[in-house]
Amino acid sequence: MIEVRLHGRGGQGAVTSAELIAVAAINQGKYAQAFPSFGPERRGAPVQAFVRVSEEPIRTREKIYFPDVVLVLDPSLPSIVNVTAGLKEDGLVILNSHKDEKELREMLGGWRGRLAVVDATKIALEELGLPITNTTMLGAFLKATGLVDQKYLEEALEERFGRLAEKNKKAMARAIKEIKIYQ
Amino acid sequence: MPKGKDTALMSWKEVPFGCYILEPGNSVKFKTGDWRSFRPVLDKEKCIKCGQCYIMCPEPAYEQDEEGYYIVNLTYCKGCGICASVCPKGAITMVIEEV
Amino acid sequence: MGKRIAKEVSIAVAEAVKQCRVDVIAAYPITPQTHIVEHLSELVANGELDAEYITVESEHSAISACLGSVATGARTFTSTSAQGLALMHEILFITSALRLPVVMVVANRALSAPISIWNDHADIMAQRDVGWIQTFAENGQEAVDLVYHAFRVAEDRRVMFPAIVNIDGFTLSHMIEPIELPDQEQVDQYLPPFKPRYKLDPRKPISIGPVGIPEIYTEAKKAQDEAFKNAYRVIIKAWDEFEKIFGRRYRPVETYRMEDAEVALLIMGSLAETAMTAVDRMREAGKKVGLVRIRLWRPFPLRDFVRAVKGVKMLAVVDRALSPGATGGPVAVEVRSALYQVPGRPRVVSFIAGLGGRDVTVEDFEEMADKAYFYLKKKPKESYEMIGVKE
Repeated sequence: MIEVRLHGRGGQGAVTSAELIAVAAINQGKYAQAFPSFGPERRGAPVQAFVRVSEEPIRTREKIYFPDVVLVLDPSLPSIVNVTAGLKEDGLVILNSHKDEKELREMLGGWRGRLAVVDATKIALEELGLPITNTTMLGAFLKATGLVDQKYLEEALEERFGRLAEKNKKAMARAIKEIKIYQ
Repeated sequence: MPKGKDTALMSWKEVPFGCYILEPGNSVKFKTGDWRSFRPVLDKEKCIKCGQCYIMCPEPAYEQDEEGYYIVNLTYCKGCGICASVCPKGAITMVIEEV
Repeated sequence: MGKRIAKEVSIAVAEAVKQCRVDVIAAYPITPQTHIVEHLSELVANGELDAEYITVESEHSAISACLGSVATGARTFTSTSAQGLALMHEILFITSALRLPVVMVVANRALSAPISIWNDHADIMAQRDVGWIQTFAENGQEAVDLVYHAFRVAEDRRVMFPAIVNIDGFTLSHMIEPIELPDQEQVDQYLPPFKPRYKLDPRKPISIGPVGIPEIYTEAKKAQDEAFKNAYRVIIKAWDEFEKIFGRRYRPVETYRMEDAEVALLIMGSLAETAMTAVDRMREAGKKVGLVRIRLWRPFPLRDFVRAVKGVKMLAVVDRALSPGATGGPVAVEVRSALYQVPGRPRVVSFIAGLGGRDVTVEDFEEMADKAYFYLKKKPKESYEMIGVKE
């Protein structure tokens, strides 16, 4: 079972991203759970969402304390939220940033594990005309984890966004191409 | 000494579904006229047939006759006196029932 | 056959209600029930569901409208949580005593104060005695399946009692997970149109809700209680029928790894899944721990329950609600009483856990099972114990 924690700001679509990953995984025949951090939602405030993906039925409803993957939608979050909290040693951090590896590792408190980076804000602005990075970051997630197939994620996007799906699929594809993965 | 259940109206097995009353208007079987110690008496000279007594009677025990007067049905009138109280012309008087 | 899809449980529940072809929905939005009624109002507004959606100014009005609606023979649904359920309280008794089969989904939530919008069972435990059929769902699939079952049982002419399906607020209601939504034809096959014994109809007037003087009230309550207990048989049959049509089997009490169990955890609702993982871990460590889950809470399935815990030495009851100053959590009190007359009964220890959204983890369940083992040797000092309290 792979456990994922998403960090975003209220309104950036962290919960939607979690949902789309779960939808894709389930439609692919896997088992999955997606859930928000329960409580009132406030635009702009740091929020979290969670996903579990497994080949077996999932038998837990605990919160996720020790994620395998952390996906951060907003470039400013790592400096105000400890995004690597509880992250497993062999875990993976996926960031939205234009900064270089060294700078980012410092920002993550000296994180020495796996790191994947894409400038999702730039891609989103160019492809969608909006700094909403959730679908772009899904491309990064897909490439970095291989947990879900692109086909199923695209189908989930189409179902969710209708005619806006095309733009989002393009942003996703660019992230898949432009992502940098550091071991 | 009697037991509490001796006062029961029926066996629990006979209680109608949800205590529903399936026969409409069966309150006519409940003769409230024997509660009465005062009886309303109408003075037709004063009566203007306004129907206040008819409207306000809680039973309702008033019915309109062929001439348009509102006449109390003593089978149901329990003698509360509301009709006498609301009558704008003072046409209704409550008189003591003769024992 | 139905299709396996990824859905938020609340949305799936609303879709199930739609498949039940409800005529009337009256509800007032409250967290965490909101997504259920929002989706239903969308379905009605979009013309996808041919039903009357009555917007009301409170839950008291919601349940009152439902009561009136079902009395006219309309299939009726409502949903609420926490303070909303508490506000419905007085009408809940009336709905059951008048044999009006409203179906309600409660997204279980803590009661204030302090204000909490998060999950526990305080809201529903305060409604223990209202005379509604009550079930608890473990996961999204069960939440959906129990909705079809609730309508089928409640409206059965041999039953005619309202029913509540409990789903844990947030931990279940807001979860996106795989759910198989059946085909409409299957639901239609399972759930016949609502044909009440009597209904309010101006062409054939009847009176509902007269006074019950002391000379009849006791007999009226006895009649209600007998009818309610008899609902058990229909509940079981409706699950049998469910299995035939949908292929999923439900029983009033479920057990997990109870063979040769010395200690058993007892729980209602979605935390049972986490408890299963704890049981697996403890079994691997050689501890003889099992799990019992009560799905049908009212009418209480006494015989099924006694059978399920046979041979167990210590039953660790995990209550999600506090009954201040009582002799245990509400479920613990119930099962202690249920077991009292049973020869060779297990001992019962009462734990209160997961209040107001506090997570109950696999380790918490392990702690409770370990404590239960310990209490076999040494009697607990208190008649109930809160788990996960910071000293």
